[in-house]
Amino acid sequence: MKISLSINGTSYDTDVEPRLLLVHLLRDVAGLTGTHIGCETSICGACTVMINGKTAKSCCVLAVQADGAEVTTIEGMAQDGQLHPVQEAFWEKHGLQCGYCTPGMIMAVCGLLKDNPNPTDDQIRHGIEGNLCRCTGYQNIVEAVKYSAEKLNAQK
Amino acid sequence: MIPANFEYFAPKTIEEALQLLEQHGEDAKILSGGHSLIPVLKLRLASPGVVIDIGRIAELKAIKVDGSTISIGANATHAEIAANADLKTHCPLLAETAAQIGDQQVRNRGTIGGSLTHADPAADWPAAILALDAEIVARSSQGTRTIKAADFFLDLMTSAVESDEIVTEIRIAKPEQPAAAVYLKVPQSASGFAVIGVAAQLKVTNGKCEAASIGVTGLAPKAFRASSVEAALVGKTLDEAAINAASAKADAEADDAMEDIHASGDYRRHLARVFAKRAVLAAAAKA
Repeated sequence: MKISLSINGTSYDTDVEPRLLLVHLLRDVAGLTGTHIGCETSICGACTVMINGKTAKSCCVLAVQADGAEVTTIEGMAQDGQLHPVQEAFWEKHGLQCGYCTPGMIMAVCGLLKDNPNPTDDQIRHGIEGNLCRCTGYQNIVEAVKYSAEKLNAQK
Repeated sequence: MIPANFEYFAPKTIEEALQLLEQHGEDAKILSGGHSLIPVLKLRLASPGVVIDIGRIAELKAIKVDGSTISIGANATHAEIAANADLKTHCPLLAETAAQIGDQQVRNRGTIGGSLTHADPAADWPAAILALDAEIVARSSQGTRTIKAADFFLDLMTSAVESDEIVTEIRIAKPEQPAAAVYLKVPQSASGFAVIGVAAQLKVTNGKCEAASIGVTGLAPKAFRASSVEAALVGKTLDEAAINAASAKADAEADDAMEDIHASGDYRRHLARVFAKRAVLAAAAKA
């Protein structure tokens, strides 16, 4: 089936099997391997991307469902060689260890801060409940989210 | 995990979707947000020849509150219901339940119609839908019928929706005392599904319970109304003794209790009683 969608601002016209999952389109067709595959059961959040500005687990979305959509992946976050403020925050606050969950975590944090620019610690922890990290114990991730919020609010 | 191959249609209208469904019959499955069906396809628990994606039918997304009725389109996502200002005012139980489903990503995609039709025994919606005595509207090419929530859940993963029908709408009579409601759950810590979930909608005047409806999910193979608890509450002054006595009957309607590595049947029954008590106390406190 022919579909066309925008990924990080670039148009893709491609012919896919209806059963192709969006995460496989991103990784195998578009070559954007920053979006990771973790649990494959829509629990771990490693595959989180934005579809039309809303976070989604791309292992649980068919590529054909994204026909006509604007998809943003971790590769679309940095602009002109400058890290996005949320990426910078994860760097500064060391919000990762192995890094496997990080692309999905950063996309989820962008979604959270879009809905709620000044989240409390509790709201942060609930806001990222769809993203599992097995290394950090989340503490530095929460610190990174707070730092991201400050950075983003300062830009306004 | 890759689904078996299927033919895919994305109709723009309900009529077109119903026509496709009539044409392909038992071989077709309806896709809305995909957060129930796609995991099933990936695990190959189902391998339909045809998938009909109703996600692009705009008219199925509407959330309307007017007069005495609330209407929620089957394609409304959990996130849209959680954030809807009218629902927060006129039926906070819906918004509160939606906000407790899964996680943000799941709520952004999953729909109320899809979740109800899937009839997962640990889903959150059934408890609230039962407590609100909702009606589910199902359409086929033969016509439209409404199914009462109490008749909707038939068994494990089995709802009353026939293979030629599509759920289009959920209708709810505005609660008389919207605030006197709560949904409380014990989430399974990995998936967020309800080990137990109890929804309570009350009507309380001067401390006396005039009406009570309680929905329980997670305990039995199908969600149910805790009629024994309701009967024991109505007409009573809602003091702790009355609530204790009533909530002790929270598992009375459950002939079978589900068991898994997260909770034994006995523990689920215990949780149902404890959470029924907490739910009634919390709803009464908000009345």
